[in-house]
Amino acid sequence: MMGSENADGFEETNLNVPKEEMENLVLNGDGTGDVNGDSSNSAYRSAVSTLSTAHDPLSPLPTVLTPADSDPLTAPSSYIEPPSYADVIFSPFDETSDSEINGGEDSSLSPDSLSRSPSSSSSDYIKITVSNPQKEQETSNSIVGGNTYITYQITTRTNLPDFGVSESSVRRRFRDVVTLADRLAESYRGFCIPPRPDKSVVESQVMQKQEFVEQRRVALEKYLRRLSAHPVIRKSDELKVFLQVQGKLPLPMSTDVASRMLDGAVKLPKQLFGEGGASAVPVHEVVQPARGGRDLLRLFKELRQSVSNDWGGSKPAVVEEDKEFLEKKEKMLDLEQQIINSSQQAESLVKAQQDMGETMGELGLAFIKLTKFENEEAVFNSQRTRATDMKNLATAAVKASRFYRELNSQTVKHLDTLHEYLGMMMAVQGAFADRSSALLTVQTLLSELSSLQARAEKLEAASSKVFGGDKSRIRKIEELKETIKVTEDAKNVAIREYERIKDNNRSEVERLDGERRADFMNMMKGFVVNQVGYAEKISNVWARAAEETSQYDRERQSS
Amino acid sequence: MESSTEQARNVMQSPRSPSSQPYLSASVTDPVKLGNGVQAYISYRVITKTNLPEYQGPEKIVIRRYSDFVWLRDRLFDKYKGVFVPPLPEKSAVEKFRFSAEFIEMRRAALDIFVNRIASHPELKQSEDLRTFLQADEETMERFRFQETGIFNKKPADFMQMFRDVQSKVSDAVLGKEKPVEETTPEYEKLKHYIFELENHLAEAQKHAYRLVKRHRELGQSLLDFGKAVKLLGACEGEPTGKLFSDLGTKSELVSIKLQKEAQQVLMNFEEPLKDYVRYVQSIKATIAERATAFKQHCELAETTKLKEINLDKLMLTRSDKVGEAEIEYREMKAESEEATIRFERIVKRMNEEIVRFQEQKTEEMGVAFHQFAKGQARLANGIADAWRALLPKLEAASSA
Repeated sequence: MMGSENADGFEETNLNVPKEEMENLVLNGDGTGDVNGDSSNSAYRSAVSTLSTAHDPLSPLPTVLTPADSDPLTAPSSYIEPPSYADVIFSPFDETSDSEINGGEDSSLSPDSLSRSPSSSSSDYIKITVSNPQKEQETSNSIVGGNTYITYQITTRTNLPDFGVSESSVRRRFRDVVTLADRLAESYRGFCIPPRPDKSVVESQVMQKQEFVEQRRVALEKYLRRLSAHPVIRKSDELKVFLQVQGKLPLPMSTDVASRMLDGAVKLPKQLFGEGGASAVPVHEVVQPARGGRDLLRLFKELRQSVSNDWGGSKPAVVEEDKEFLEKKEKMLDLEQQIINSSQQAESLVKAQQDMGETMGELGLAFIKLTKFENEEAVFNSQRTRATDMKNLATAAVKASRFYRELNSQTVKHLDTLHEYLGMMMAVQGAFADRSSALLTVQTLLSELSSLQARAEKLEAASSKVFGGDKSRIRKIEELKETIKVTEDAKNVAIREYERIKDNNRSEVERLDGERRADFMNMMKGFVVNQVGYAEKISNVWARAAEETSQYDRERQSS
Repeated sequence: MESSTEQARNVMQSPRSPSSQPYLSASVTDPVKLGNGVQAYISYRVITKTNLPEYQGPEKIVIRRYSDFVWLRDRLFDKYKGVFVPPLPEKSAVEKFRFSAEFIEMRRAALDIFVNRIASHPELKQSEDLRTFLQADEETMERFRFQETGIFNKKPADFMQMFRDVQSKVSDAVLGKEKPVEETTPEYEKLKHYIFELENHLAEAQKHAYRLVKRHRELGQSLLDFGKAVKLLGACEGEPTGKLFSDLGTKSELVSIKLQKEAQQVLMNFEEPLKDYVRYVQSIKATIAERATAFKQHCELAETTKLKEINLDKLMLTRSDKVGEAEIEYREMKAESEEATIRFERIVKRMNEEIVRFQEQKTEEMGVAFHQFAKGQARLANGIADAWRALLPKLEAASSA
């Protein structure tokens, strides 16, 4: 189903967290949105069972023990431990997991690792689930009938006061998500907004419909959860409306490229009158497509401006800040590269661990067959002895195989942090892009202003020479002065907007840096604790087997 | 020196008075690559230590190459029918070109085991060919080798044909088609069935063992790459994350080395013994084929002798002048037939003894292999746990800061 039934599908599991896990994911209330750090019991259980049961060549043998369905919010000693290894060192992990029962913390975070901004109490939560894809048909007047499309059920459970109701459920299609993303991009310029899932037209042709739909469902869920984890965006009207309003999504749709590019320009008049920025944009406002006249003109001007900037034309208005900004941008790009690289290597590592577990299991199985064979065909005692020896080996190999696979499903969850941050790096790029485009608007207006003023000066100079005034010229001058005033105001607004976006950038990047550090540290810790724990378990298994075959120990014998 | 073979030898030799106990031991050492390109080969030093009178002195060292070992094996196989002649490692024309240090060492070890198994086998160790092998100078050895390759050259294809014959006979018997010239005692049938099935099971186990070696290497490689990537990532981050990533990367590289080492150990101490087991079973199959041939001969000659006897009686009754001739023929045929029967029965006897020996030997050898494998895995896992554990204090400190 998830493509996780086979070894190749595992790579998908890596990128898209298994369905069951996502369903039980709880985001903690301090807005950190650590979608990956969750190791709630059922998530773990399902990830493991997806990976190991489907694969387990030893189906008659008991698979990983799964505790009865428990509240995903409780995080007991979240390991499936074989009875004999109950006392293996897992204390850092267990302590943490035991300490938080009411769905605040992830088990992978220790309570004191909250280097994240404690903006809300740990009892806030919002949990979003995407499920139940269904085919629907567009109502159409034509004889042919409308297009079919898929809708998804989006269920929200929350105790955040802004939301009003504690539970809501709506049906949305992918187009609605695109709309949501676009509206958020407009309203939250300068913020690091999590990127939405791709439209991926090509993939939808190539993949099986079912696979594609499932992949998309998972991606949507991830996206919405990330949005709801963002401390500012989770409170946005756009998101609330998306999650709660039944029926047609009451957000203005993005109809064409031009209108989107006009964002910067279109918003100006609003910001003249309102509090420019996040909270005040009236959501029901309709953006007219392809406005003629002034706004298109502005668009062209900005394009021209950016070209002239690029070609070493007029210098940008503010220089020294740009240097710092450019440095930061460089660093972010570099970081992004390294995250990409690391996440690729993490995938290879996960595959290698998976393969190790699989082959170990197959080896064990082969020896079990041999054991059975020798026992059945035994003529000599030496054969029976050998059968016993093989059984010891086989048992150890099977156990070790299971541990490798458990280790791996945990590793996936920890290293998934790297994948998550790839998404976040894109969000950062987006925020930087907002800043650049705001700067461009400012520069455009500045050069516009200066050329208007130059014209005004020229006209004034010319008309002052004509005694008594040139009626038409005077009229022109007045009009020009009017335009200059409006442009002046627009410039000021644009500068305010630019400064605002710069601030957003700064605080967001800072927030993200802090979050990233904390998340990476947790990732490392989780990864290492995991490796230690399972290495110990595996070692015990083999030590036992070595003991059971100790009569064959030739090293100790004096020769 | 393979202590496992020593052990095996001690198990096999009958207890006698210690001081004057005859001994014969040989070791294959010091592989040296000689020649160039396609002609390249490896030569080994074979050191023999013995107090047996048939040998020239207490110690002798000769130089031998792989084809000399093949010669010895072929000779033994031919002369000691019924005995499970120890198998040789594969010729492997491809590996030859690469001649990695590990390959050379594994081959040397396998050849050493080969010679020692022969030297500790109650019948084989008395073989003249063994003496030649252990003592003859290089030119003599080369002469012998060239002489024999013509006549006794059993190509793998020949063995394959024999196997097929035997296999088809086995399946025919199973299907109930009685062929007159085939042994069909239930015990022997069971043995044949066992051997053929065993080969399949072992081949599968060996296949997975080989894959497991690869997995170790792959995991090692991926940890190495991961470590490097993570170090680069750390370089982008400020403190304390940066340093942590750097430490994580270093540990990852360390664990990678452990895995590579263990991969080699698994290959040598676990996969190779399994391969050896498979080869042994294949050797037994060849012996089974020999036995089938001998049985066929014994039956056919007995049949022919019978006919000759009947003919002779007939001629004697008619007082023909061909009686003399016929009598000579009959006697010759009878002698041949008796020889064939003796040969066949010797094979049967040998095989019965050999199978006991084989089972015991294999239990011992596999036990050792399993034990070493388990120990190696435990050691590896412990080493990995220790390596990662060393990071925990720093990680704890950092995340609570």
